[in-house]
Amino acid sequence: MFLAVRELRFARGRFTLMGVVIALIAVLVVLLSGLSSGLVNDGVSGLKSMRATAFAFDEGTITDNAFSRSLVDGEQLAAWRGADGVDEAEPMGVSIVNGTTGDDEQIDLTLFGIEPGGFLDPSVSSGASVSDELGGIVVSESLEGEGVELGTVVTLDRIGLELTVVGFTEGQATFGHVDVAYLPIDTWRLIASNTAQPGAPTADQIATLDYEYSSVVALEAPAATDLTAIDAAAGTMSMSRTEAFNASPGYEAETLTLMMIQVFLYAICALVVGAFFTVWTIQRTGEIAILRAVGASRAYLLRDSMAQAAILLVGFTAIGIGAGVGLGALMPDAMPFDLEAGPIAIASVLTIVLGLIGAAAAVLRISRVDPLTALGGQR
Amino acid sequence: MTTTTRTRTAALDIRDVTLERGDGDTRIRALDGVSLTVPSGEFVAIVGPSGSGKSSLLAVAGALTTADSGTVRVKGTDLATLGNNAAARFRRNTIGFVFQSGNLIPALSAADQLRLAGRIAGNSSVDPAALLEAVGMSHRANHRPGQLSGGERQRVGIARALVNSPALLLVDEPTAALDRARSHEVVQLLADQAHRSDVAVVMVTHDHDVLEHCDRVLEMVDGTLTPYSVSSRT
Repeated sequence: MFLAVRELRFARGRFTLMGVVIALIAVLVVLLSGLSSGLVNDGVSGLKSMRATAFAFDEGTITDNAFSRSLVDGEQLAAWRGADGVDEAEPMGVSIVNGTTGDDEQIDLTLFGIEPGGFLDPSVSSGASVSDELGGIVVSESLEGEGVELGTVVTLDRIGLELTVVGFTEGQATFGHVDVAYLPIDTWRLIASNTAQPGAPTADQIATLDYEYSSVVALEAPAATDLTAIDAAAGTMSMSRTEAFNASPGYEAETLTLMMIQVFLYAICALVVGAFFTVWTIQRTGEIAILRAVGASRAYLLRDSMAQAAILLVGFTAIGIGAGVGLGALMPDAMPFDLEAGPIAIASVLTIVLGLIGAAAAVLRISRVDPLTALGGQR
Repeated sequence: MTTTTRTRTAALDIRDVTLERGDGDTRIRALDGVSLTVPSGEFVAIVGPSGSGKSSLLAVAGALTTADSGTVRVKGTDLATLGNNAAARFRRNTIGFVFQSGNLIPALSAADQLRLAGRIAGNSSVDPAALLEAVGMSHRANHRPGQLSGGERQRVGIARALVNSPALLLVDEPTAALDRARSHEVVQLLADQAHRSDVAVVMVTHDHDVLEHCDRVLEMVDGTLTPYSVSSRT
């Protein structure tokens, strides 16, 4: 690195210019990473926070929006409950509804119908858990302070069913960019069966309800369990929790779009760094010929040039990441934006590694420089 | 062989070397049966017009290219037996180069030019002070090439070439960019180093004014070496 460091100091104008480009790419990478994490959380944080390891959908349900398309009956649920190797199997209802709070604020909710006290029951940050109180809902913490508080009554549009907020989840719980409201599965069935009456749900309504369906069967099972075999017996189609993310509304389209932008950004990083080091290496051809003539090995020169690229990439990527994190803090609340250490670390490493690959492709020219050209008569 | 008398060993021994360059119609014989022996401590100058083969001679003597026929030995090593990596290793340990205008690395100070040459040879503890002192450049140790005059750059180039105590110093047109006074200073410096450090020095030059400092002068004409004749001076 002897020569690398001195050249960085000597040509600091050129290297700074290149570094600023790298830093700007890193800023974009951070912002995209934050946006990506934000959209993922906004899309499936309700699923991510669950203990469920897999979900069983009705057989033949198409993947897109599968949670709202699928309907499993009591027999399918019983088949899973009786299956070997499955620790937990509970019905889960999913539907998106519109409602109005007592202050006439319009509100959208994804209803997650669950068994009170079951393994899907979310942790609460305040208030009570989902219980046998038929009209009680536990809503996403992100609604707290936005016109929704404990005791707020949400009246569902058209059917007039009244649900009362009894608790807030610990952390964000959203699904398809809509805040989740956990409620007893019986209440969800009342709504799904179109038999709900205006006002709070009552035990009598539930008692007369003849509707055993749910959207999916939520499962907790060790990884070694052969879910496919149970699917065949139950007439279902199971997906791991991660696979099931794609079954949430718009999730796949959003993540693929952002991923494509990120891939292009990484490719641009590699190309820009490669182009810079190509020009830089061409400008140094005379010097390199001299160094090779005096006995510098190709390996020595390649190591030195790669060290130079690494210093540039690591230094300015770090600056860009810092600036990106700072800018991320200024993002408006309305924007789904979450900075998470893991994705940022991966994005940083990718920026540096792909930049180094671009630089490597460029500095390989060094090995083709003929030391003979160092002599005057050959120039 | 044990001997009680001091003999001058041949640092460079070139025998009947030929080298062709170019392709097809442009192919020329750059060196045509050249033989040259330079013992340690001798300063040999080779003059000749452009394209006569002077740089080709430096190239084969410096293990930068391989002769088509004949043998080139430096300190007894036949350069034809060296592969690319071995040739590079041999150059950094045994041969010093002084290029036109010094050809220094722009980013490095005078002292760092010498340190880098040491590092390339695996010696990271080079102390450049003594060598810079020897070429009268200790006061400019921290200056970069852009801050040095042509003569100063050439002096640093000479010091760099001597860092790894080479047996053979190959010098390519050292006075090409210097005025007359500076040219004499630089060539005198080379002569001093040859004699003081017992280094064989081969210098190619167009500059006939500086030949007085050399122990021997040869002339290259159309790829052959002949004794220098004053009448050939242009």
